[in-house]
Amino acid sequence: MDSATEEPCVTLEAFLTQDSATAVRLEAGDDARALLPHVARLALVEVAFPTFRDGRGYSAARMLREAGYAGTLRAQGDVLVDQVPLMRRCGFDAFAPQAPLDAAALSRAENRYQAVYQRAADARAPVWKLRHG
Amino acid sequence: MYTYDTLDQAIVDTRVDEFRDQVARRLSGAMSEDQFKPLRLMNGLYLQLHAYMLRVAVPYGTLDSRQMRMLAHIARKYDRGYGHFTTRQNIQYNWIKLEQAPDILAELATVQMHAIQTSGNCIRNISSDQFAGAAADEVTDPRPWAELIRQWSTFHPEFSYLPRKFKIAVIASDTDRAAMRLHDIGLQLVERDGQVGARVFVGGGMGRTPMIASEINGFVPASQILSYLEACLRVYNRHGRRDNIYKARIKILVHDLGAEEYASQVAAEHAALAGLDLDPPAAELARITAMFASPAFEEDAPTQVDRSDPDFAVWVDQNVLPHKRAGYSIVSISLKPRGGIPGDASADQIDVMADLAERYSFDELRVTHAQNIVLPHVATRDLPALWTALREAGLAEANLDLISDIIACPGLDYCSLANARSIPLAQKIGERFGDLGRQRELGELKLKISGCINACGHHHAGHIGILGVDRKGTENYQLLLGGSGAEDVSLAKITGPGFSEDGVVDAIEKVTDVYLARRQGTERFVDTYRRLGMEPFKEAIYG
Amino acid sequence: MKLLTGNDLSTGDVIWWTGRDWSRHVEDAADVGDNGESIARAEEGARAVNVPYVIDAVATADGPRPAHIKDRIRALGPTVRPDLTLKPADPGAGDWII
Repeated sequence: MDSATEEPCVTLEAFLTQDSATAVRLEAGDDARALLPHVARLALVEVAFPTFRDGRGYSAARMLREAGYAGTLRAQGDVLVDQVPLMRRCGFDAFAPQAPLDAAALSRAENRYQAVYQRAADARAPVWKLRHG
Repeated sequence: MYTYDTLDQAIVDTRVDEFRDQVARRLSGAMSEDQFKPLRLMNGLYLQLHAYMLRVAVPYGTLDSRQMRMLAHIARKYDRGYGHFTTRQNIQYNWIKLEQAPDILAELATVQMHAIQTSGNCIRNISSDQFAGAAADEVTDPRPWAELIRQWSTFHPEFSYLPRKFKIAVIASDTDRAAMRLHDIGLQLVERDGQVGARVFVGGGMGRTPMIASEINGFVPASQILSYLEACLRVYNRHGRRDNIYKARIKILVHDLGAEEYASQVAAEHAALAGLDLDPPAAELARITAMFASPAFEEDAPTQVDRSDPDFAVWVDQNVLPHKRAGYSIVSISLKPRGGIPGDASADQIDVMADLAERYSFDELRVTHAQNIVLPHVATRDLPALWTALREAGLAEANLDLISDIIACPGLDYCSLANARSIPLAQKIGERFGDLGRQRELGELKLKISGCINACGHHHAGHIGILGVDRKGTENYQLLLGGSGAEDVSLAKITGPGFSEDGVVDAIEKVTDVYLARRQGTERFVDTYRRLGMEPFKEAIYG
Repeated sequence: MKLLTGNDLSTGDVIWWTGRDWSRHVEDAADVGDNGESIARAEEGARAVNVPYVIDAVATADGPRPAHIKDRIRALGPTVRPDLTLKPADPGAGDWII
């Protein structure tokens, strides 16, 4: 889904001690809050999902978008079809799954829900917004 | 009660589609069991001891006759003619086929029901007070808040892969009828300066390490409750332990950080979320609240009823409580008949309750966390006819809150997590204390049985609690005393070494004998225990 | 003896490896010895069984009897609803479990 021609990601620790890096990789246990003051500098943040059950990356992504991060936000690792729509809602716009995804199943999943109940990091209006304007 | 609009209906219908797709991909082998499991759990489908088990949601325990009839229909068509009402106000079916699960969900969706997030590491059914809308002591009906929170939590994209399950309860009175202090988050609605807001408690729970929730905020207004909950959940999602499933609930995080530190992290997160338009306008809660308006009660309905039938009088005294409106009553239907299975109801009985609700309770029923059913709005003049109908259906056991009104998990007869059977023990206790006069002499005595440390039977919160354990391959039972899930919340303490099934029944009898011998005034069992301490009971049991 | 058991993927039925195929009846279960894991993997791969695992059992005149009460309840059905078990008409079924 994504080409590998951009600048390689540095670790969070390395990023915080450098001036020039524009791509960082957050491990599941890293504190995304440390990146929030620097979002203007970043072009790519890759968030690790070591197992699809580890949901910390969803919070990291959303926090970055809430802080105004406008670059590429990539979910990497145990990324499966059924989690991609949730990831998109949390602000991910790029995906690097460790196993290939079934394109047809993915397309169905991504186009399935027309309405959402809550506001997230995407642009979708929650149901209460549609009800009351 | 809440009625779906086209948006709610579309979401539930889409969910059925989604699950049908997921099941097809599982059956074709496109998905492994490991990949499918969290998805089916988020649709309430377990692989249990005998078959797949489906847990259908009853949001904050409220449903109408049409929905109740659908539950009976599901039991007949897809299961074995009965359902089990749970300690989280839901219903479970034990003999489900995976290949039929999407069809079941499709049928449920036609009556605005679902099995969304009744399992999995996500936000579960929002529970509430079974007397909501009928109780005189509530500040307001808590269920509109519960509905607001239910919608917010449904398919929440950030909180679908939490460290562990997450349970929220909402009440609106000082009396706690929903075990609010034993939830991951408990809200008590209170009034301040003419406004309704929530006292927020976090970090309660039972299981391996029972804990009572701590108050972290004395007043969160309705206009901020969802963003505040976002903050609470985000701190948990980010920092809750993921290395050990027995240490993964939020109670462990709150305990390790301290409630003050947790509260301050939540406050900081909440401040960061301000200005992001996360909270709906007041019009949304108002829209929901309008659907919970009181039914059209009669003026001057008669308040007295003919008590000359002694069995009827006993039932009225035990199972019927005063309604906030004169001339009306709150009726509890016990699903703990002598010799029965706690919380189980046959499809026929479910249909009877649906009919009775439609006729006598403005078409509304409640499921309680004590695994009973409530008809919340019964005209007092209708009590005799209602009781007669309940008796015919085997639903008139007059034991509400008495020792035979046992909360029991399904235990080893049904659950692969269990170490011991709980239902036969509940039946033996019910038999030993079968005489209703004796039970009424003992008075309020909340006895709760769990078949394993996961504590689905809430044994930590029992005046008398029993925990089933596996002792070298044999079922064994630990006895605990002095717990409570009400506003006098406390965690039960173990008496000492465990017992065989018959042994623990004998021990319970010894314990109740001590109570009868030593109680003062109108003390309940748990009050006498609290006054005397464990010693006299321990001595009576172990000599 | 060692028995291989699991659930039917689409129906959820409790099933037992007979040596050739899967049966709902524990009397038909075969002793898999040390081969349980490899049979399990092959059968799971073929989607003939879901979540298979090996349990201990004792050979008796009436067939294999699982060593642990949980497995016996699973083999037959809930002790509190004999009508829902695999042997609703058998008065001795309860004793076999307990």
